[in-house]
Amino acid sequence: MIRKLSVLALSFFLMAMLSSTAFGATYPTQPVNYLIAFSAGGESDITARMQQKYLEKELGVPVVMTYKVGGGGAVCWADLVRSKADGYIIGGVNEPHTILQPLQSKCGYETEQIQRIALFQYTPCALIVRKDSQFKTLKDLIDFAKKYPGMITVGGSGSWASTHFTTMLFEKAAGIKLTYIPFAGSGDTKPAILGGHVSAIVAHPTTVVTMKDDVRILAVAAETRSAAFPDVPTFKELGFPTVIEGSYRGVAVPPGTPKDIVDKLAAAFKKANEDPEFVKQMTSLGFDLVWKGPEEYENWIKGQTVYYRDLLKSLGYQN
Amino acid sequence: MILEGLLSILTPQILLYILIATIGGLIVGALPGLTATMAVAVMVPLTFGMSPTTGLSVLGAIYMSAIYGGCFSAILINTPGTPGSIATAFDGYPMCVKGEGMRAIVGATVGSVVGGVVSMLFLFFLSPPLATISLKFGPPEYFWLAIFGLTVMASMGGEGSLIKTFMAGGLGLLISMIGITIMGGELRFGFDNYHMQGGIELIAAMIGLFCIPEALNYMSSFGSMYDIKNPEKMNKSIWSAVGETFRLYKTMARSSIIGVIVGILPGAGGTIANMIAYNDAKKSSKDGAKFGTGILEGVVAPETANNATVGAGLIPTLTLGVPGTSVAAVIYGALLLHGLRPGAELFTTNGKIVWGFMFAILISTFLMGVIGILAGVPMYKSISKVPTRFMAPAIVSLSIVGSYAVRNNPMDVVVMIIFGLIGSVMKELGLAPGAMVLGLILGPIAEAGYVRSTLMAFAAGKIQTFVTRPICLILIGLTVMSLVWPIFTKWLADRKRVS
Repeated sequence: MIRKLSVLALSFFLMAMLSSTAFGATYPTQPVNYLIAFSAGGESDITARMQQKYLEKELGVPVVMTYKVGGGGAVCWADLVRSKADGYIIGGVNEPHTILQPLQSKCGYETEQIQRIALFQYTPCALIVRKDSQFKTLKDLIDFAKKYPGMITVGGSGSWASTHFTTMLFEKAAGIKLTYIPFAGSGDTKPAILGGHVSAIVAHPTTVVTMKDDVRILAVAAETRSAAFPDVPTFKELGFPTVIEGSYRGVAVPPGTPKDIVDKLAAAFKKANEDPEFVKQMTSLGFDLVWKGPEEYENWIKGQTVYYRDLLKSLGYQN
Repeated sequence: MILEGLLSILTPQILLYILIATIGGLIVGALPGLTATMAVAVMVPLTFGMSPTTGLSVLGAIYMSAIYGGCFSAILINTPGTPGSIATAFDGYPMCVKGEGMRAIVGATVGSVVGGVVSMLFLFFLSPPLATISLKFGPPEYFWLAIFGLTVMASMGGEGSLIKTFMAGGLGLLISMIGITIMGGELRFGFDNYHMQGGIELIAAMIGLFCIPEALNYMSSFGSMYDIKNPEKMNKSIWSAVGETFRLYKTMARSSIIGVIVGILPGAGGTIANMIAYNDAKKSSKDGAKFGTGILEGVVAPETANNATVGAGLIPTLTLGVPGTSVAAVIYGALLLHGLRPGAELFTTNGKIVWGFMFAILISTFLMGVIGILAGVPMYKSISKVPTRFMAPAIVSLSIVGSYAVRNNPMDVVVMIIFGLIGSVMKELGLAPGAMVLGLILGPIAEAGYVRSTLMAFAAGKIQTFVTRPICLILIGLTVMSLVWPIFTKWLADRKRVS
């Protein structure tokens, strides 16, 4: 018995030794946990899973997905900023979510607490109607809305989501009134528009990809046309330059993570983002790839925070 | 294309994978806290190394058998293994205590296989029309569906009073309001605690409500809970139990249809189908009053319905890219990851893979039936001999692991324990935990449906759209019937007694 116990104690000791030496070695030496703030099978998950292979190749260790779902992502991000800053916990972040949530309520984290690594994906919002809709162009919809204020219903992925802002920006720019109906995520807007329960939806090209034969995209809320739908005009082209809104995906770490770890992770994500096979897969699913490294991303967040604070004010919402 | 699909999975390797996946799904389903959604989500990355046909076959097989596996713990230890087996425990456990556990397991197995096969046939032959029907369900329909679902509560009280059941349900509705609202995005009942913004995790609450009181129950009793001094019941042949179940073909047919209808609706799923089918069977059976005391029909109906949501849930997933159940949502993601784009063209461009996938689920449905009986009956015999002092710690540790695993959140373990205490108190007071879970599930659906419908009605300028849509009228009719029926039958019985 005593012999058994001493063997056990010895092996624990050895394990402790191993892990402490491992800590001193160059990052990474153990699996990296990739926190996903939305449920498995969703767009955030799909993106992370697509990256997984390339990240594992680049980092040389397994990358494990961990789901922390709830509160529109806030549960995950509140957890992220409280995690150990050793680079073994990284988290997928969505913008403008991490800017808007702290602006609105005590959500368990502050925008500045999240240390950004890379911004790699952009999905612009688009205004979509059913193929058999009476609105052939954006102008048709505006004319109708001027005649019957509030009668057009627009479904979106939730309250204070980018789809909601697109609707408000469009209402303001065109001087019309629409009825925005929030759904639980972009997936839920699909049956709403296909079943004709709403007159239009604001959604991302990724949502449209699986139903492109049944719907018509009236306009895209981006600076330039979407790679997935090159024939669709932007709001800007149609005379509404202020209607630019979309969702971004990036990756971040807990505050205080050492710079060399941040750079190493950023390099791995950059490599994945530039892989031709990855690019092909992502664009075929409607994702537009972009790139901002750690500093650039932090600066961009600062600018966007000011933008959204002013936007909320100008739309009459103040906190 | 169809034949090609079938042939593509008839290789020893894929069949072996399907067999392993079916067994794995059964085990996960049977463990309280580990759900079908979780099992499929965990498996998704492992399917990357496989061909799309193999990978999807594995996921489909796990889906089907995990939903079925939930019945084991529901019947044997009164704690549903997945949320889709809550109603199974209502009669399954009393049967088990009476020493009829084998009958209950065989009944649940036959029901599950029948429900699974029926729903796969619907998926094979009626996908396009059913997908169209599922699109007819807009916000007003969801509101009324949830209201109809709430009336199911009336059949949950058992011997307890109706008022008590409604109290439990109402409490469930209130608790479901905790968290960030979809409408407006405010934090409700958050008490400035950021842990509250994700709301109360349904699975954690459910584990607490069902498992903890049961564990306490085991602790307070000595010896075995089960009536094993009843040898002739134990040794009754499996075949006679199978035959007995097939005689309930009418119940199975009704429950299958309920499962299919609920399954094609995005956002509903196995849990709701399970409870609605139990309610329906109770109302339509001539033995209605015996429900809750351990009657075979009460096990067969809910178990048939939850497996009938499997194939049906895939109908809108594959044809429209709109997942019908939460597990189907994970499979939808897996399809995309394997480079398959759900939608009308899926069946033409990737027909071979899709048909292979669907046949794989069908094969696993039969496999799970055989394995379920082969493993389930001996399991019952051995569990019924396990001293209760081993059962309680086993249940408690599973509850802790399960509630943590739902979303890797230690707070959910706390939630589970709190609900365990609530559940124990409720048990003493005679309040049905099932009613509370029903409130928790249906609250958000009813609320979202209501708010969206009002927004739609105001936009259209006519409030009557709330009730005049055809499916709404049907659902309102069902709701009224469901409420009036018990009163009517009681009145009828009273009158008979008087005359």
